Amino acid sequence: MLLVELIKGFSVTLRHMFRRRVTVQYPEQRRRDAPIFRGRHRLQRYADGLERCVGCALCASVCPSEAIYLEAAENDPTNPVSPGERYAKVYQIHLLRCIYCGFCEEACPEDAIVMGPEYELAADARAKCVISKKDMLTPREAGFGDYETFPAPRIG
Amino acid sequence: MNEFLLDTLIIVIKIGVVFGLVIGSVPVLVLAERKVLGWMQVRPGPNRVGPWGLLQTLVDGAKVFFKENIIPDGVEPLTYRLAPLLVILPVLIAASVIPFGPPVKIAGREIPLAIADFDLSLLFFFAVATLSVYGIVLAGWSSNNKWSLMGGLRSSAQMFSYEITLSLSIVGILLTSGTFRLTAIVGQQSGGFWHWNVFLQPLGFVLFLLAAIAEVNRTPFDLPEAESELTGGFHTEYSGMRFVMFYMSEYSSVFVMSSLIATLFFGGYNPPFPYTFGTSWFDGAIGLFWLLAKIGALVFFFIWLRGTLPRLRYDELMMLGWKILFPLAFLNLIFTAILVALNWPGWLLGLVGAGALVLTDLVVSQILWRRRRAAG
Repeated sequence: MLLVELIKGFSVTLRHMFRRRVTVQYPEQRRRDAPIFRGRHRLQRYADGLERCVGCALCASVCPSEAIYLEAAENDPTNPVSPGERYAKVYQIHLLRCIYCGFCEEACPEDAIVMGPEYELAADARAKCVISKKDMLTPREAGFGDYETFPAPRIG
Repeated sequence: MNEFLLDTLIIVIKIGVVFGLVIGSVPVLVLAERKVLGWMQVRPGPNRVGPWGLLQTLVDGAKVFFKENIIPDGVEPLTYRLAPLLVILPVLIAASVIPFGPPVKIAGREIPLAIADFDLSLLFFFAVATLSVYGIVLAGWSSNNKWSLMGGLRSSAQMFSYEITLSLSIVGILLTSGTFRLTAIVGQQSGGFWHWNVFLQPLGFVLFLLAAIAEVNRTPFDLPEAESELTGGFHTEYSGMRFVMFYMSEYSSVFVMSSLIATLFFGGYNPPFPYTFGTSWFDGAIGLFWLLAKIGALVFFFIWLRGTLPRLRYDELMMLGWKILFPLAFLNLIFTAILVALNWPGWLLGLVGAGALVLTDLVVSQILWRRRRAAG
């Protein structure tokens, strides 16, 4: 009967009115990201504070959108920045060009660059979307632990 | 004080009250709709502006007030500007006959609580409320846009089709109450909810409700502005304050139509228990409270309906209007006339109406079922 069907339909919507809401109130509440989420990049350090990046520029050459600019320099043996021969003097990523594919962290032989959890990347100027070493480098205090928290995703 | 001046003052105050109620209901209705629809879709609805999202519609109103009034190229300038007014004015005028409280006595004069209380007030309501279709058609035609024109034409066809059912389905009430005067119809329904016309005219009520939804262009009958088909229908080309006028007219017509349904079928300002109204202003306020409560319940039903049923197809709409509702309205009229002429008691009338409703339901669902099976 049509009337019965109508009442059934109406009761469905009425019951849903009193269900628990599924909305996440975003700025106040946040959802847990998946551990392999590919957000803004991070540059990692070793536990002793040395930078992992040795300036090989494999990340820059694998990058499909050519978003990475890297300038390497020789390490000073008395006061090295990285354990290798060379280190990244300038390391910039253009976040508007980046497609967050994660090839850079896959290509990196030193596990220096990883995709972090940050996704709030809005900016009011294009220039602010080019991030450099000081934005990406894990703070010295965070050290090795940070790398453990955000391991590089295993692809394939 | 001069008699004439006093009369004018009373009328002006009543106009202010009714106008304020109808216009003031718009932001409340918009917020209520967004909240209730949100809940039905398992989300909280607007909750950012003000406590519990209460200021959302005010802020939206302020935003729209400062928006540019774009007039596209190639429109018919006069009709384009006139159409929003033609849509909203009939709604406001129609509201003037709704009695919003029992007659009160202030300073020795009896004041009926309706702006206009005259013998043909119900007829006046229908005569005026229908005029808003002109605004919709003119808006669609003058916009120089095919979708707008389609929306406007659909709207006129729909409103003409459902107008017949709308008017026929209340003739039953006119027969049982014997008057066109809305205050008299409300007065007859006093003394508890079992005196309400909905129990006297169940079939008439269902028909009137369906036709009223079609008249105020709400889902499932909102074809004139079917977003998924017509990009917005007759108001596609409107923006800024002119668009808001369409928006306001839509919600205020829901309010006014709900108040008419409450008046005709649910005892208007009468409480659902036996209560004899005095003539103090306090009793007037009680009447207004009960009327608003009934309007609120009906508005909730309208929103609930929108959250539940999908939009009808155009041919389904026409089929429902002409092949089902229209004959049923006639049937309702005929058996009400016979029963009233034979002077049978009211409960029998209600029983026959309810029986007819169930019978039609069986027949229609049987037809639909067979048709669907034949279609495979």
